[in-house]
Amino acid sequence: MSTPPNPPDRRLDINAAAGPLAELFAVDLTLATVQCDGCSNTTDLARYDVYADGPGLVIRCQGCDHVVLRYSTAGGRLRLDMTGTRLLVIPGG
Amino acid sequence: MGTNDIDPDTGTAPRFVSRGFTGRARRPRSARLPPGQYDVGSGFPVLSAGPTPNTHLSRWDFTVQGQVDRVRHYSWADFRALPREPVEVDIHCVTSWSKFDTRWEGVSVDTLLGDVESGAEYALAFSDGGYTTNLPLADITGGRAWVVDTYDGAPLRPEHGGPARLLVPHLYFWKSAKWVRGLVLGEVEELGFWERFGYHRYGDPWRQQRYAGD
Ligand SMILES: [Zn+2]
Repeated sequence: MSTPPNPPDRRLDINAAAGPLAELFAVDLTLATVQCDGCSNTTDLARYDVYADGPGLVIRCQGCDHVVLRYSTAGGRLRLDMTGTRLLVIPGG
Repeated sequence: MGTNDIDPDTGTAPRFVSRGFTGRARRPRSARLPPGQYDVGSGFPVLSAGPTPNTHLSRWDFTVQGQVDRVRHYSWADFRALPREPVEVDIHCVTSWSKFDTRWEGVSVDTLLGDVESGAEYALAFSDGGYTTNLPLADITGGRAWVVDTYDGAPLRPEHGGPARLLVPHLYFWKSAKWVRGLVLGEVEELGFWERFGYHRYGDPWRQQRYAGD
């Protein structure tokens, strides 16, 4: 009765993430604070540098030039790479 | 060929040759425009994914490393002393502009690889500022790629990749790494800056290989 479910049974379908992700993309990211994975500095996303004229939008840390975010809608597909962001915090929840 | 651009045999400036597009150079421009591209004309858009590096020539070098018998280092003076070639080619950017008959001068990658012994099939070009791009070794050898330091008869400007950039005109221009500092040779293909972001690992403009899966 109180036996916890096997770990594989805890896996959820991707549909379980659709709602939360829709909320994420509906918020204003310019209000977010970002912790750079390159130097650990945490600051407002507004204080990062943006390079927008290449094949994709590139956002870099002002302290260490590390790429924290890449974004593109080219080719009819949205791409988001945040491997350089350790933590993204958006006020308001 | 010396850096004074004068051919010692004829006493004249060398004629530009179309190494990268042999047989295509005299075709009408419409036939030289890959699908989905437009002719940017006399403009030369600057596309950067980061700040323009400011590496002093005294600290610049070009390195061939990775799966090699011995690492090769070229100082700026070493690089400038290597045999040079003029190159006139069309270039094609993945953001859809193409530019015809661009004139460069530099050193063939064949020359830079020289007598390097390697079983590698791939190269990862790396640049000041951390940019990288991956290329099959076969695509940067055999007279198909150069490290160029001169554009239109003048030193290559920093915003266009100076002091030196890779030039691989038969692939989309993101493969022609600006501010290039060397090549890492390897048996497996390690993806570069845009390729890891979903851009095509090869990038043939004639097959519109813009994104992975194209
Ligand atoms: Zn940083």
